[in-house]
Amino acid sequence: MSDALLRLDGVTKAYPGVVANADVSMTIRPGEIHALLGENGAGKSTLVKAIYGLVTPDRGRMTLMGRPYAPHDPHAARAAGVAMVFQHFSLFDALTVAENVALGMEDPPPFRTLAARIREVSETYGLPLDPFRTVGDLSAGERQRVEIVRCLLQDPKLLIMDEPTSVLTPQEVAILFETLRKLSAEGTAILYISHKLEEIRALCESATILRLGRVVATCDPRETSARAMAEMMVGGSLHVPARDRAEPGAVVLRIEGLSAASPRAFGTSLKDVRLEVRRGEVLGIGGVAGNGQDELLAALSGEMTAPRGLIFFEDHDVGPMGPDARRALGLLAAPEERNGHAAAPGMSLTENAALTGRVREGLTRRGFLDWGRARGFAASVIETFDVRTPGTETAAGALSGGNLQKFVIGREILQRPEVLVVNQPTWGVDASAAAAIRQALLDIAERGAAVVAISQDLDELMEISDRFAALNEGRLSPPRPAAGLTVEEIGLMLGGAHDMDVAHV
Amino acid sequence: MIDPALLIASLMVASTPILLAAIGELVVERSGVLNLGVEGMMITGAICGIAAALWAETPWAGFLAAAVGGALLSLLFALLTQVLMSNQVATGLALTLFGLGLSALIGQSYSQIRAPSLQRIDLGALTDLPVVGRLLFGQDPMVYISLLIVAGTWAFLRFSRAGLILRAVGENHDAAHALGYNVRLVRTCAIAFGGACAGLGGAYLSLVRVPQWTDGMTAGAGWIALAIVVFASWRPWRLLLGAYLFGGVTVLQLNLQAGGFAIPVQYLSMSPYIVTILVLVVMNAGRAPGSLGRTFHASH
Repeated sequence: MSDALLRLDGVTKAYPGVVANADVSMTIRPGEIHALLGENGAGKSTLVKAIYGLVTPDRGRMTLMGRPYAPHDPHAARAAGVAMVFQHFSLFDALTVAENVALGMEDPPPFRTLAARIREVSETYGLPLDPFRTVGDLSAGERQRVEIVRCLLQDPKLLIMDEPTSVLTPQEVAILFETLRKLSAEGTAILYISHKLEEIRALCESATILRLGRVVATCDPRETSARAMAEMMVGGSLHVPARDRAEPGAVVLRIEGLSAASPRAFGTSLKDVRLEVRRGEVLGIGGVAGNGQDELLAALSGEMTAPRGLIFFEDHDVGPMGPDARRALGLLAAPEERNGHAAAPGMSLTENAALTGRVREGLTRRGFLDWGRARGFAASVIETFDVRTPGTETAAGALSGGNLQKFVIGREILQRPEVLVVNQPTWGVDASAAAAIRQALLDIAERGAAVVAISQDLDELMEISDRFAALNEGRLSPPRPAAGLTVEEIGLMLGGAHDMDVAHV
Repeated sequence: MIDPALLIASLMVASTPILLAAIGELVVERSGVLNLGVEGMMITGAICGIAAALWAETPWAGFLAAAVGGALLSLLFALLTQVLMSNQVATGLALTLFGLGLSALIGQSYSQIRAPSLQRIDLGALTDLPVVGRLLFGQDPMVYISLLIVAGTWAFLRFSRAGLILRAVGENHDAAHALGYNVRLVRTCAIAFGGACAGLGGAYLSLVRVPQWTDGMTAGAGWIALAIVVFASWRPWRLLLGAYLFGGVTVLQLNLQAGGFAIPVQYLSMSPYIVTILVLVVMNAGRAPGSLGRTFHASH
């Protein structure tokens, strides 16, 4: 094909013990929006890093616009017309928008010219930005605009986007898609990586699917169902969580107007939060990161105590109780950030199991840890939740993200919670592991426990929740039945587009 | 009584060693590296300076050798922390101990010898102006050079592309790496600059301020320089203020001691530390560079 913008021929990259990319070949045409799909660890990141010059392939050839292309660093990639928007923003908080943009350019013009060009380009693509603001003060959506504008100022031929929508509200996603379609119409090709298959169906014209480092399929996402694409990624049929919805039982957890300052600097304070959860019910709490999710979890788990009369578990006033006392009653929590918050990465799985299971599993005898029983408890979590690990004495940090996540959620579920609070239960976990975790949450609800699921993944919340509420700047919206909620309604509950307007597109 | 003009003139001399060491450390910390070895690099500079000045019979050779010596010692720190990924705090402390020992070893044959010192500049009529003449036009050249280094550092960090890259590396080394900047190279250059400045500061002690060699003559000046960087919120002009304030109160309290005022000597001796800390704290501490002190591993 002579009309290809970028061609990959047999690109291979191996790390010690693992082949990240094996003989990958693909073609991207000018102006095409091309999706790159795959589970975690399928090799998507390594492949785009090779295209962006951060990784040098062991074998294989790349051709850009008919010429051999082998960038040895990102400067060379940018000079050749390849730009990239990173999954974890590559921004500098203490610097201004203009300084951040200048750092991503090969030959930035003087600052005054640059500021004018930032305004001009950002207005043209409907992404208004003030070049002199400090990036640390911007919202997630605005920060992403900085990254995109930084790329656009260099007139890229190919724009790589790694999971760009994971931190955006539905309205912000709509604005982003408008921008991308406009770019594509102007001839810029876009290589788009995402786990959100419905988004890919709405946006992309072709897709390459990777599994274990190999290309296993290509398809037209507009004509392929999300389920079919997911099964191509997994390489088998995908289990969709299901349960019989029972009538909810008695109220088991109640918060009555809790306001609390965040224990962290730059955290979000909770403002007059009210909620009720019944036995057998899953309450989904959505919201863009940093709107009080971590604080709400801390208030429920007991990491952050509250005055009397605000938080009730059945008839107990649990507000002033710490985590151990709440655990003893049956109020359990699995926080976000498995490495560091939910688990101690440097300690073994047995030790991590003992850390939260001590009270309810009786893992102590006269004040001393009973290692035998702790090991047994860890082993039962590993067995029940299919955690892939060499054994109970492996360090938690050595497990892959999905496996460790299964372990930290399973550890709480096996302690027979009356109420389980989870934050980001499937963050960064691949489709099959995520389905297993969601099924486990539904199972305990069916057994009569109440589940509070805090997540940024709206599809996930719609799949498991009975009722849905949104956190926005520390305020919790009144919960609504999840069945029948539309994307627009959810977007409005999440606080709309955070001062983003689609006007100038 | 105390003559204000003379007091200010002597505080500038008293502050210059700390100012030089601190401006170097400021650049190092803005690049995201915490080098606690300032004291060791200063005293290495002091002995290199006096040795070279005596050998070449000019103080300028001393300052040059001090800058080179300080930079070489700091490159040892760069090798350990940037290439071998050792812990910055432990390595910095070790560097101080190493510098103190090394300088004592070299200094054995230099004790009690007076070095050729710098002359104060004399611009004739200008220098003879009342009050300001001595202040503005009658210092030794290193005082002016130290002020030029502060101004140059400020302009470099604020206006130049290289300065922007250095700040970016200090703020978020992972992002800087992802954009294709060489984090280790930037940091190694910053560390070498910091070492050279600390060396100059040490040489100013042994060639101008004292001016002769005694064991352990920096007497904690490197630690003060480190503290001033933090309290100055990593900003060059505040750092100048902090250093001169510290030097000023030091000179003032020495004058008060000599003048026999009825204030216990302990209070006078602690006053420079207390006043400097109070003033800089009241001025509202700023935010540290985001990657300060964290080890950078280039991941795949």
